[in-house]
Amino acid sequence: MSAAIYFFGRLRSHAGGSLLCIFAIALGVALGVAVEGINRSALGEFARGMRTVSGAADLEVRGPREGFDERLYGVLGHLPGVGRASPRIELEAKLAGRTDALRLVGIDIFQAGSPAGTMAARAGAGDRFALLDPDAVILSRAAADWLGLAAGGRLAVQSGLARRELRVAGVLEGLPAGQRLALMDIAAAQWRFDRLGILTSIGIELAPGTSVGQAQERVRALLPAGLSVAPPLAAEERQAALSRAYRVNLNMLAMIALLTGALLVLCVQALAVSRRRGELAFLRAAGMTPREIVAWLSAEGAAIGLAGGVLGVAIGYAGAGAAIAWFGGDLGAGFFAGSRPALVPDAPSAAAFVALGVGAATLGAFVPARAAALASSAAALKAGDVGREANRRPRALPAVAMVACGVAIAFAPPVGELPVFGYVSILFLLLGALGLLPWLAFHVFAALPEGVRAQTMLAFAQLRAAPGQAQLAASGVLAAVALVVAMAIMVASFRQSVENWLAEVLPADVYVRASVPGQTGHLDEAAQRTIASVAGAGRVRFVRNAGVLIEAGRPELALIAREDPAHSLPLLARAAALPEGVPGVWVSEAIPDLYGWRIGQRVRIPLAGAEHEFVVAGIWRDYARSHGAAAMEADVYRRITGDRRASVAEIWLAPGVPAAEFARALRAAFAGSEPVEISESGAVRARSLAIFDRTFAVTYGMEAAAVLIALAAVAASFASLAVLRRREFGMLRHLGMSRAQIGRMLALEGAAVAVLGVGAGLVAGAVMSVVLVQVVNRQSFHWSLAMTMPLAPLLAFALATAVLAAAAAVLGGRGAMNVDAVRAVREDW
Amino acid sequence: MLAGVSLRRFRQALHPIRPVLRIRDLCYAIDSGSRALMRGLDLELADGEYVAIMGESGVGKSTLLNLVAGLERSQGGTIELDGVEVTALDEDARTRLRRARMGFVFQAFHVLPHVSVGRNVALPLVLNGWSRAAIDVRVAEMLEAVGLGGRAHSAPRELSGGELQRVAIARALALRPGLVLADEPTGNLDPANAARVIELLRSQIRSQGAMGLLVTHSPLAAASADRVLVLRDSRLWSAAAPA
Repeated sequence: MSAAIYFFGRLRSHAGGSLLCIFAIALGVALGVAVEGINRSALGEFARGMRTVSGAADLEVRGPREGFDERLYGVLGHLPGVGRASPRIELEAKLAGRTDALRLVGIDIFQAGSPAGTMAARAGAGDRFALLDPDAVILSRAAADWLGLAAGGRLAVQSGLARRELRVAGVLEGLPAGQRLALMDIAAAQWRFDRLGILTSIGIELAPGTSVGQAQERVRALLPAGLSVAPPLAAEERQAALSRAYRVNLNMLAMIALLTGALLVLCVQALAVSRRRGELAFLRAAGMTPREIVAWLSAEGAAIGLAGGVLGVAIGYAGAGAAIAWFGGDLGAGFFAGSRPALVPDAPSAAAFVALGVGAATLGAFVPARAAALASSAAALKAGDVGREANRRPRALPAVAMVACGVAIAFAPPVGELPVFGYVSILFLLLGALGLLPWLAFHVFAALPEGVRAQTMLAFAQLRAAPGQAQLAASGVLAAVALVVAMAIMVASFRQSVENWLAEVLPADVYVRASVPGQTGHLDEAAQRTIASVAGAGRVRFVRNAGVLIEAGRPELALIAREDPAHSLPLLARAAALPEGVPGVWVSEAIPDLYGWRIGQRVRIPLAGAEHEFVVAGIWRDYARSHGAAAMEADVYRRITGDRRASVAEIWLAPGVPAAEFARALRAAFAGSEPVEISESGAVRARSLAIFDRTFAVTYGMEAAAVLIALAAVAASFASLAVLRRREFGMLRHLGMSRAQIGRMLALEGAAVAVLGVGAGLVAGAVMSVVLVQVVNRQSFHWSLAMTMPLAPLLAFALATAVLAAAAAVLGGRGAMNVDAVRAVREDW
Repeated sequence: MLAGVSLRRFRQALHPIRPVLRIRDLCYAIDSGSRALMRGLDLELADGEYVAIMGESGVGKSTLLNLVAGLERSQGGTIELDGVEVTALDEDARTRLRRARMGFVFQAFHVLPHVSVGRNVALPLVLNGWSRAAIDVRVAEMLEAVGLGGRAHSAPRELSGGELQRVAIARALALRPGLVLADEPTGNLDPANAARVIELLRSQIRSQGAMGLLVTHSPLAAASADRVLVLRDSRLWSAAAPA
């Protein structure tokens, strides 16, 4: 017979505590699994989308979003080793009358056997030549369902300011679930969307026996500036890179929730071990070695972790499925906005999360197990043993060293553009704070007064005598509060910085945009003249938003052509003087980090198929794009590219003209066109901040989960402590203490524990927030923030947490408080 | 304290052997009423009287103590302490009565491990709102009385089992309660310590003029009482008077 029954049996007999631990671990694991599952599915959908379009292409030539000259297709098609070249134009087509865009892919339907042609042939129409009609479009099943259209229906899209009615020629079945796209003939797409002679990518299938590497080099040599050639996988990697920092941040939050769960396991196990002191001492006396006891107690934790991990994976995937069904594949940051991927469970990552759950719970069980195995068994076996260890003075030095390490590590550079050391620093700071808690508890509780009332005297005496037990309960509170405080300070700093930034970048009264979202709408020169001539318009500035690819492996850089960037952008630094004859480019903060550009440096930017020399004239703050933006004079952009269209009009109204009146006049001026989006600056600011808040909404949920786990830890700790102290409560009831007095005593202890945890959490969180703002945020998203301390909300949160923790303590202890006082004092019952 | 004892003796002289704990027709059953521990049980304790109750395990000796203390509710009959009908009180009132008039000594000592010896003894006084100065004086007095003078600041873990029970006796009597309830106070002690504790308990109860109700299996402990009763067949019976 195995010794297992002496250990695992307890998990069953104390099912409440075991279940609480299992749920805490499950919640941490579930958060991680859900975040990972949603992101993986959204990324997977993007990758499948890429493969749907690129088919079996070995290489893919891509250019900026504005596209490149289609003559390249002819050149590449005749290159030795190239089996087939498939030209494509991909557009985010603004849906007329809606605030959505649909991915529209123009393909060469004459390419028999090409992936695109085969795809078209599969369409419901059964005839790929149905696409020859310039207004014909084939919708994927997901797009057709989303738009409520079937074959024969009409799809209205926007091109420039014109509305285009397209006929749905068929519905394409068999694409991966969630793929919303429309196929058109490439020539029709170029024509209908004013992109004549423009492609956005060319898929290349190599002839058998051709080396991909050599072919890539040959193609690269022919490419104009600003184009890249790479296996199609590179595009998936680029998309993954776009959202990677955000995804990693969410995963780190989930890991902190898991850590809080581990602390809960530690609390419950430590107190369970304390309760089983005599039992463990007997096992020692019966011949079990300390090592065996540690192993079995740790195995109890592992069992909890395994159950919690498996449950967490199930809850996580169920939650992810529900989240995708309700909200789609975007977690708020907009990287996968509009996507509705099918959830794809991934066995290795699920196994990894179960392993994390097992690891966290095993660690939580190991610490008290080791202490129990090393304790004196002789004392524990003695009748009338008071069951308390001597009150040793805790050492602060190891924890201080850990905090110092955490601070030092924060200065390390990013790894693979991720703030790995920033996260390690936060972990060290959190562990250091947890390590300092015993020292803090010892000194704070030692300084407590004697207390006049019985419950005060007893509560303070309990805290003074057993700071370790209080510290256990406080550790969960510390971790959760530190997480919330750090995130709150970071988000408040971020929000305040964004608000200030918006005030700087939105100086005009009214903003007019032709295509939100999507890229097929624009303000042509006629529209620009119309806007400028509307009564009430004072000064008008037009801004063109485009994209440019600087490095093949990186996401596209946002290119902004506008008047007078030197005075219309929130500059952080500017060049003292610009050299004659070289135009300036003003780059966002991300550019120096990602591309190493410095003020005054001459750089080459590919525009209109050729590289052009610019000098970095300034660095500006841009919270809209974390992968870099470069602004240049509109005149320079127009001169180089010939593109005279505008994306946005910034309008300062003439004195006394109300914005609403101007908007009416503007709409009247555009009567008959597809409506432009007219927004007052206040509305744009409000919308931007709403998007900001939505981005962080998911993090609030994760913080709430961590706080809930921490409160559960307090309740569990006090429940276990109360059971441990049931004889004490029974005796106090004999001596004439009422249940209410015992309740107040527990509330006082709970409040003291909460105040300790919350206080330490506030300080730890504030320190962690500095690392979050200055290191993690800077290295993840490449933007600097001014620190803002949201004092009032933090104090309200601290107070609420302290009250809740006190309530949790009373709630946890209620079972033992209500226990029959008579039974409690009897040893031989 | 001496003045208090003299006053009680004076009162006793005026009203000789006045019963101050009166139990009438007490009924109590367990196992959903199928097993009666007490059926029509009567008991009277006079002021200053010390009574031992013996009986086999499980007959309800400790339950009787708990009923007297108001920790359990009887299913019939009355319990009066100094004219107050305990059985008619609500829980709060019973708690207040216990706090003000009773002292407890348990088999397992139940000395609070996280407060000092002195603080343990002080607990009933604190609960009853005594001043700090009065508490200090009384605690020193009681510790001296139980032979633990100078140990007020010791931690309970530094004390032996016998010493812990002496602390418990000091705590039970610190408030000068009218009734001391002792449940197997020597159950966890060796014979030598048990004898010392019994003697101490008896002498302290006597010296304070309190009533004492002692539940025990030990003939030695029972021998220290004024009367010995046996709980059997749900009633109390007189045992042979101790030698």
